[in-house]
Amino acid sequence: MLDRMHILICGGAECKESNSVELRDLFKSEIERLNLGDDIQTALTGCFGLCALGPHVLIYPEETLYSGVKLEDVREIVEQHIAKGKPVDRLLFKGEFDRKKFRNRSELTFFAKQTRIALRNCGVINPLDVNEYIARHGYEALGKVLTTMTPEETVQVMLDSGLRGRGGGGFPTGRKWQFCANSVSDKKYVICNADEGDPGAFMDRAVLEGDPHSVLEAMTINGYAIGADTGYIYIRAEYPLAVQRLELAIGEARELGMLGKNIFDSGFDFNIELRLGAGAFVCGEETALIASIEGERGMPRNKPPYPAVKGLFGKPTNVNNVETYANIPVVYLKGADWFKSIGTEKSSGTKVFALGGKIANTGLLEVPMGTTLREVIYEIGGGIPNKREFKAAQTGGPSGGCITAESLDTPIDFDNLIALGSMMGSGGMIVMDEDNCMVDVARFYLEFTVEESCGKCTPCREGTKRMLDILNRICEGEGTMEDLDVLESLGKMIKDSSLCGLGQTAPNPVLSTLKHFRKEYEAHVIDKVCPAGVCSNLTKYVVLDNCIGCTKCARNCPVGAIEGKVKEKHFIDLDLCIRCGACKTACPVNAISTKPESWGAM
Amino acid sequence: MGAKINFTEEKINELKAEMVKNMQEPGPLMPTLHAAQRIFGCIPLPIQKIISNELDVSIARINGVVTFYGHFSIEPKGDTIISVCLGTACYIKGAQGLLDAFSHDLNISVGETSKDGKYTLEATRCIGACGLAPVFTVNEDVYANGSVQLVKKVMQKLKQEK
Repeated sequence: MLDRMHILICGGAECKESNSVELRDLFKSEIERLNLGDDIQTALTGCFGLCALGPHVLIYPEETLYSGVKLEDVREIVEQHIAKGKPVDRLLFKGEFDRKKFRNRSELTFFAKQTRIALRNCGVINPLDVNEYIARHGYEALGKVLTTMTPEETVQVMLDSGLRGRGGGGFPTGRKWQFCANSVSDKKYVICNADEGDPGAFMDRAVLEGDPHSVLEAMTINGYAIGADTGYIYIRAEYPLAVQRLELAIGEARELGMLGKNIFDSGFDFNIELRLGAGAFVCGEETALIASIEGERGMPRNKPPYPAVKGLFGKPTNVNNVETYANIPVVYLKGADWFKSIGTEKSSGTKVFALGGKIANTGLLEVPMGTTLREVIYEIGGGIPNKREFKAAQTGGPSGGCITAESLDTPIDFDNLIALGSMMGSGGMIVMDEDNCMVDVARFYLEFTVEESCGKCTPCREGTKRMLDILNRICEGEGTMEDLDVLESLGKMIKDSSLCGLGQTAPNPVLSTLKHFRKEYEAHVIDKVCPAGVCSNLTKYVVLDNCIGCTKCARNCPVGAIEGKVKEKHFIDLDLCIRCGACKTACPVNAISTKPESWGAM
Repeated sequence: MGAKINFTEEKINELKAEMVKNMQEPGPLMPTLHAAQRIFGCIPLPIQKIISNELDVSIARINGVVTFYGHFSIEPKGDTIISVCLGTACYIKGAQGLLDAFSHDLNISVGETSKDGKYTLEATRCIGACGLAPVFTVNEDVYANGSVQLVKKVMQKLKQEK
């Protein structure tokens, strides 16, 4: 029997935190209560991608998208939409930018501008049911590879597709496979790197939660291509939902014979196991990851020998990241030429970005390589909220750099981002506006790398620490102009002499902000002022004369630093003030300022 | 140190059973440490000794691994663990202010446990909920779109519950 209607509820971690499980149960019980029939399916899916406005409910066949659905809304949706076919207008997803109401998911600019390959099943299928994956051509690619292709042909397709690793450096996946296939050994391993550590990137989590089978299928293809019979998924312990869904998916795949012995009667055996990470960013580096699975401290080692020659337990090992794997089944189904036709010449296919920070549509999106930053931020992302000015976009996380307004029209691909002094990284994209201090942002990233440096090589261990000392000094108002030059030369030295990718890229956030926002550094050093009003020693919160004396600021101050009578201008005790900004957010008339020109009015 | 560790015979046996299972696979140390952290809430020296004996790995190596990873702790944590996400998206949207507000209210620094063993304040790495930024968690509960006002409310609620 075919289902008449499908109610898909986003069960990505973020929506789940806003009650999506309860929503699903309520939909079920309401449909039962009204006796609407058993041909209406309800399912929790993976992430829809529009995380800021969740939880979302998508109803097929009309593709009606509801957003911000609360438990008390369910009855109305069931009674109006499901029973009578009348969509509930007030709950329909609203375009953030033109306030126009949309009915159909594919009509939204957010989705219409995207090409979804890695995220093809996220938010579309129920990740807990392998049959839904199979219905969307799941495991077809594996069947095709195992029954009609030799391992050499399998590697050749990957080479021809031009797929580059989506985890950071962008190394061609096919070449990696080829190296590993050429290594002679009685035992080889496949590892899926799901240690998504870049703060601000969450696409791997979305794929694992929303479409776990695609990763299992791709790893099995990978195993066949290089001659491995065991795979490990090294996943962050911070992603409990993804771990749980992967465990379920592995069980399902074993039961169906998609994992285990003699898959598709081909004589090929493959098994996958999970290994949990333990909160060390450096384990995203492949040799550190391998050390961690072996039960050691997660420290990188010198390459060569590459893991393709000597990897896990000393055996040849191929490591790819989650998003890379999510692309692979489609490459085999539609062919290398098809994949190569998407994107740019040297970066084929698409890239998933996790858009966050000061942007209207926070969430996940997937666009062809070569899309410009302007399209991503202003068309898909819906622009900067609260009428603020775009200041910079940060890509590549702690390894990347800032892209400024002048470069908004550069097509995004691996090589262009490097030319701009940033990098693709895993695809985190944080948008910043005029209220963000670039010195503080650089300090934030460096604090991260200092804490996450494994301590093995001196440039990274000591060098980043010294850079952080200098940045702290600048943010406290004690920096000198000489400090800026030291930052630059030290940064270059660390890049040149560190052992692994973490150290080699750690100075990037500092070098890139120094290059594009040197004036802001100079304001901290010379004028002793933080123009964005972030660095607490270099900023003051001042109540302006247009204060209406509503007392909101005083009531919201966590430290009781604001005094004033009702209907009279208030005052901030700067000795008590912790510069948290609560008063500024609370003020209904914008009477609290951090702008240096208002300081005299105290 | 306020919080206490619970070493019952039962829990130690649970850990030993995990180790027997883990030893059937290569690389048993990490899964064992995860189990220990889950069972005891921390991995202090007495537990490291048990693991060392069972897995035949030197205690120096085990201690090295335990202290390397942020997920493992040597000291027990408070009953209520407050974690403020300091991922980039949260930081850009003012997570530091939330952390300062908690720290001020609880009178402890980040990473510390209050003297009565009730609260631990942590700054955590990105929990991947960037769309809800800034985010903080109180034990299992996630608070989205955090603000200093919300911190005040949550603290009031927590103190009333005690």
